[in-house]
Amino acid sequence: MSTDTQAPPTYAIEAVDVRRSYAMDGMQVEALRGITLGIAEGEYVAVTGPSGSGKSTLMHLLGALDRPSSGRLLIGGQDTTSLDDAGLARVRGSEIGFVFQSFQLLARTDAQDNVALPLVYRGVGRTERRQRAVAALEAVGLGHRLSHRPTQLSGGEQQRVAIARALVGEPRLVLADEPTGNLDSANGHEVLNVLEQLNRERGVAVVLVTHDADVAARANRLIRMRDGLVVADEIQRRQESRGEQEVQGRRTPQLARTPQGGRTPQGGRETDGGQEAQHGQVLAIRSPAPSPSPSPSPTPSRSPAPTPSPSSDVPDIPGQPR
Amino acid sequence: MKPWEALRLAADALRANRLRSLLTMVGVIIGVAAVVVLVAIGGGAKAEVENEVEGLGSNIVFIVPGKFQFGTTPSLSPLRLSDVQVAARIAGSTQDVTAVVDSGENVTAGQNSFFATVQGVTQNFDVVFNRPLAEGSYLTSADVTTSARVVVLGANVASTLFPNEDPVGRTTAIDGVSFRVVGVAQAQGSAFGVTQDSNVDIPITEAQLLFGINTVQSIEVKAQNPDQIGALSTDLVSALQSEYTGVQFSAVTQSQILGTIGKILSLLTLVLAAIAGISLLVGGVGVSNIMLVGVRERTREIGLRKALGARQRDVVLQFLVEAVTLTAVGGVIGIGLGVGTSAAVGAFSPLPTNIAWWSPALAFGVSVFVGVLFGVVPARRAGRLDPVAALRTD
Repeated sequence: MSTDTQAPPTYAIEAVDVRRSYAMDGMQVEALRGITLGIAEGEYVAVTGPSGSGKSTLMHLLGALDRPSSGRLLIGGQDTTSLDDAGLARVRGSEIGFVFQSFQLLARTDAQDNVALPLVYRGVGRTERRQRAVAALEAVGLGHRLSHRPTQLSGGEQQRVAIARALVGEPRLVLADEPTGNLDSANGHEVLNVLEQLNRERGVAVVLVTHDADVAARANRLIRMRDGLVVADEIQRRQESRGEQEVQGRRTPQLARTPQGGRTPQGGRETDGGQEAQHGQVLAIRSPAPSPSPSPSPTPSRSPAPTPSPSSDVPDIPGQPR
Repeated sequence: MKPWEALRLAADALRANRLRSLLTMVGVIIGVAAVVVLVAIGGGAKAEVENEVEGLGSNIVFIVPGKFQFGTTPSLSPLRLSDVQVAARIAGSTQDVTAVVDSGENVTAGQNSFFATVQGVTQNFDVVFNRPLAEGSYLTSADVTTSARVVVLGANVASTLFPNEDPVGRTTAIDGVSFRVVGVAQAQGSAFGVTQDSNVDIPITEAQLLFGINTVQSIEVKAQNPDQIGALSTDLVSALQSEYTGVQFSAVTQSQILGTIGKILSLLTLVLAAIAGISLLVGGVGVSNIMLVGVRERTREIGLRKALGARQRDVVLQFLVEAVTLTAVGGVIGIGLGVGTSAAVGAFSPLPTNIAWWSPALAFGVSVFVGVLFGVVPARRAGRLDPVAALRTD
């Protein structure tokens, strides 16, 4: 993947004013209240926020497990709004890889067949499935654990099997929901290292939902959510203590993009290249609410007229009247 | 997902819960086995009865009083022995006409005793019905005219009454009256629990004395070939009806008997199969129930599969194939059990069995159908699960 290209960025996934509401005990609950963001190919994004902020709902929408109540979701450039259930399933199977907090491996099935599972639904023959599963397991360092069942593996190994399963279909995007949530810190690190290595080497976009600030700090971009809205979307220098990371200059072009005006490639130019920021330093801070609150920590949730402000209804085109 | 992938998944799932799978199948196994066994018994009965009726001899017309119908009590016969001559004139041959009266009587010889069907017949009975003798000679025309106390024993009667000696020339007692044995009939074999081998034949004139009657129950005429049966029947009936004004007679042919018995037994078989089919349905409900439990248990698995790209129809297919595999395997086991039981029943009980080729095929088809029927509801429930909610399930 070449860097610093002038071509408009291609999004692995793009959400445009996505809303999602549920009926709960007769009340409408708005879990997402207008999210617009794009995840570029090969990006490494962490999503954080308190419980109930809507990050799981966002994950489900990004993973095509759920449909937005309104708004559009484009996966690999394809609008999923008009897809039927079978179409969504096909998108999940070919474009998305899931990694879950609780691993979600089939207990009676060995590592190899667990990893091969997504390929079953793509009509891949058994022999090829198993070959690809072996390759995926080798990629996560579990080439010696092919015929082990989940119960015979440590938590970290189980999650690596799950990562291999997420990758075996060569998706555009891996969605990891608290992937370290059930692991101790050593295993958590190991799992994150594997995810990051695959992100680096294969250019798979990774979106990580986490409560853990240390985990979130490792991503190149941090999206904070609260009350169904994105309250901050920041490019960050990776807080990676391991010295071998050399990725910084490479990915920032795609990262520096406003969540709202993400479809205008020049929108993020000013944050490109050359920064020599220190560990943990925030390189760029994007407010989701363009004009009223330029500060890095807006509080849009209770603000008046919340609907137009964070949404893409009003893209930040200079001079547009509000 | 390819269908055979679904089959492999189903096999894995059933293997993972071997005991539960087996217990779930039990209903189907019993249902299918019951269908196979009962149909075999029904079929056996039908085959045996048809055999028996055919064994009566082909081309024979039975003249009986009243309207011939199964289930009605036979009318009191007005027929006389002299009507044999009337029948012989119409048939054009005395050789091919006989008459019968019969009654169940105790036949004894020394300490041995046998409850036999004592038939009073004319001397042509063995010719008309084609009953060859094992030894001795049959009743003669002189025996009939003189009401001789002579008897021809059926094979079973002979072996019971005279286990270690030649019966011919010996004496038996029928109803306390002594008869001399002149012949022993060849064994005919059993048919539907009834056998000609338990009959003893005596002259019809002596039988009338013995039973205290002066009529005969039926007159049997053997047609020279099957084409004549129709005309012969009509002629015989009209001749007798002109003789006995106001009395109805029926000419019963073998095909009529076969047809009527066949109808009755087919109906019986159908009823038996339907009763057994109810247990198959109950087995199907059990399958449905367990499948619903399985869907609930595997909610997370279903959510995961959907997250990994399974479409609704893939999940439906998986569970439907699982249900069908369950009932089909149960069906195969049930067929094995049913065929084995049928063979055992045929070998060790008086009930004859006959496994028609179609009954295992039908039972298998029905069990597959039951799997589809009772698998659809759980499978559709599985297919419709919302992946988000399913993955959240604990």
